Amino acid sequence: MTRPALILILALLLTVPLSLLAGRVWIDPLHPVIANATVILVDLRLPRAVLALVVGAGLGASGAAMQGYLRNPLADPGLFGIAPGAALGAVCAFFFGYASQGVLLPVFALAGAAGAMALLALIAGRTGSVALFTLAGMMIASLAGALTSLAISLSPNPFALSEIVTWLMGALADRSWHDVAIAAPPTALGLALLWLAGRSLDALSLGEAAARSLGVEPARLLWLMVLGVGLTVGAGVAVAGIIGFVGLMVPHMVRPFTDRRPSSLLVPSALGGALLLLVADAACRVLPLEGGELRLGIALSLLGAPFFLGLLLRMRKGLA
Amino acid sequence: MSVLEASDLTVPDRLHGVSAALRPGEVTAICGPNGAGKSTLLACLAGLLAPAAGEVRLDDAPLAALRPRERARAIGFLPQDGEVAWDLTVEALVALGRLPWAAPAAENRAAVAQALATLDLSRLAKRQVSTLSGGERARVLLARVLAGSPRWLLADEPLASLDLAHQLALAGHLRAQAAGGAGVVLVVHDLALAMNHASRVLVLSNGALAADGPPEQALAEEVIARVWSVRARWLGEPGARALVAG
Repeated sequence: MTRPALILILALLLTVPLSLLAGRVWIDPLHPVIANATVILVDLRLPRAVLALVVGAGLGASGAAMQGYLRNPLADPGLFGIAPGAALGAVCAFFFGYASQGVLLPVFALAGAAGAMALLALIAGRTGSVALFTLAGMMIASLAGALTSLAISLSPNPFALSEIVTWLMGALADRSWHDVAIAAPPTALGLALLWLAGRSLDALSLGEAAARSLGVEPARLLWLMVLGVGLTVGAGVAVAGIIGFVGLMVPHMVRPFTDRRPSSLLVPSALGGALLLLVADAACRVLPLEGGELRLGIALSLLGAPFFLGLLLRMRKGLA
Repeated sequence: MSVLEASDLTVPDRLHGVSAALRPGEVTAICGPNGAGKSTLLACLAGLLAPAAGEVRLDDAPLAALRPRERARAIGFLPQDGEVAWDLTVEALVALGRLPWAAPAAENRAAVAQALATLDLSRLAKRQVSTLSGGERARVLLARVLAGSPRWLLADEPLASLDLAHQLALAGHLRAQAAGGAGVVLVVHDLALAMNHASRVLVLSNGALAADGPPEQALAEEVIARVWSVRARWLGEPGARALVAG
């Protein structure tokens, strides 16, 4: 275990219990005066915290893998069009009125993610070309975005409309163990696939030709990436909606503490993503806001956009 | 004996039936005008480009039939661009050359240390790649290939964009690899470098082999006139030749 990973694990061991106590109702562990403290902890806050860890780990690791795959520190798992695809699937569930049955919404979202992955593989799967892949991903993202807008504009009633818009903002409020059961297995599988891609991503640091000369099979790597990113991001969107910028920010923050190889970035990024989402979600709960709590997706975009801008300004010197 | 053999290689618009058997212990330079197919031939020999017709055989077995990792252990390839996407340490970069080997960590560390020592880079091991000079960087990239201990070392223009002192040093390292038993195959643009450092030269012209032999013969003035359409004369002694036009 590397040092950054150990530090992040320690930080998580500290933050998880703290985050359980924080919320609209604060729980004092020494004097639990609130009657239903156990219910709040076990049925409300614990699944929410676990979900933040699962979704954050998936987004962080897939961000690190994407930056390694595209050899670009500005890359984000959203570039593959998988998150917009999953969102479109979820929006379809709202549109056709299936969202009220708890299981169907995430199933629709996962189907949307699978659809985006299949389309990607169909367009670019044979070549294994990174450029073709990115362009195909951007095309799929635009298409899914357009169809989502279409669904919003044609939504059958105002309730569906408000549900879709609220859901798209991304949140972990009111989630249950049920959602954990839906998101955790695909995320774990996706993380394992990204882990398998680690050595190939390292080789890719030297460019595509050198990577192939080192025995990397581009088509195999592409499949690991599509399935790994698809499962982690798809599962995240299925239970939490669109939560952007985690996959962009976290690898950046942890990279200076690693030896900068993409493979040594994967575990710290997963842990860092889990930590970021856990802290951000607890902060959303605690912030006193009129009209309910701050949506997690909005909070992270408010953090992420200036971060991205700062990064661009810092890189501008090198690019100009 | 290990032999890397191209037979009748054809790549549409690039190569037209090129055959050559390369031997270990030699530094073979591939020369030719721009667009003659030098890099294409090297990519075919490295197993990175599948020819439309013909084949490359390594030790009498088709290269295309080898598993990518087996091929990677036998043939090291140094591309021209010298790209390094992340600011790795020299040590971490050179260790990438060990990827085709599923070897114990200690063995990998020893191979990396040896490659660094061979190219006189041991004192730079902990430095970030971004802090290196052009000459140091070129040596580090070569060390990455050597760390994989390939029997064949293929490099696309390894000496371009280096100053004279670094060119001589790197050419010396490449010759030492050949003397140690490896087969070294280089794309070389600078004919004087090929003349002075190669033991064999393949001259390509419009995708076909125009000359093949020891440098004095394959790069004779009449070959240069025919292939490059330039009248030029060799000056100096063997091993220290210079080419002047006119």
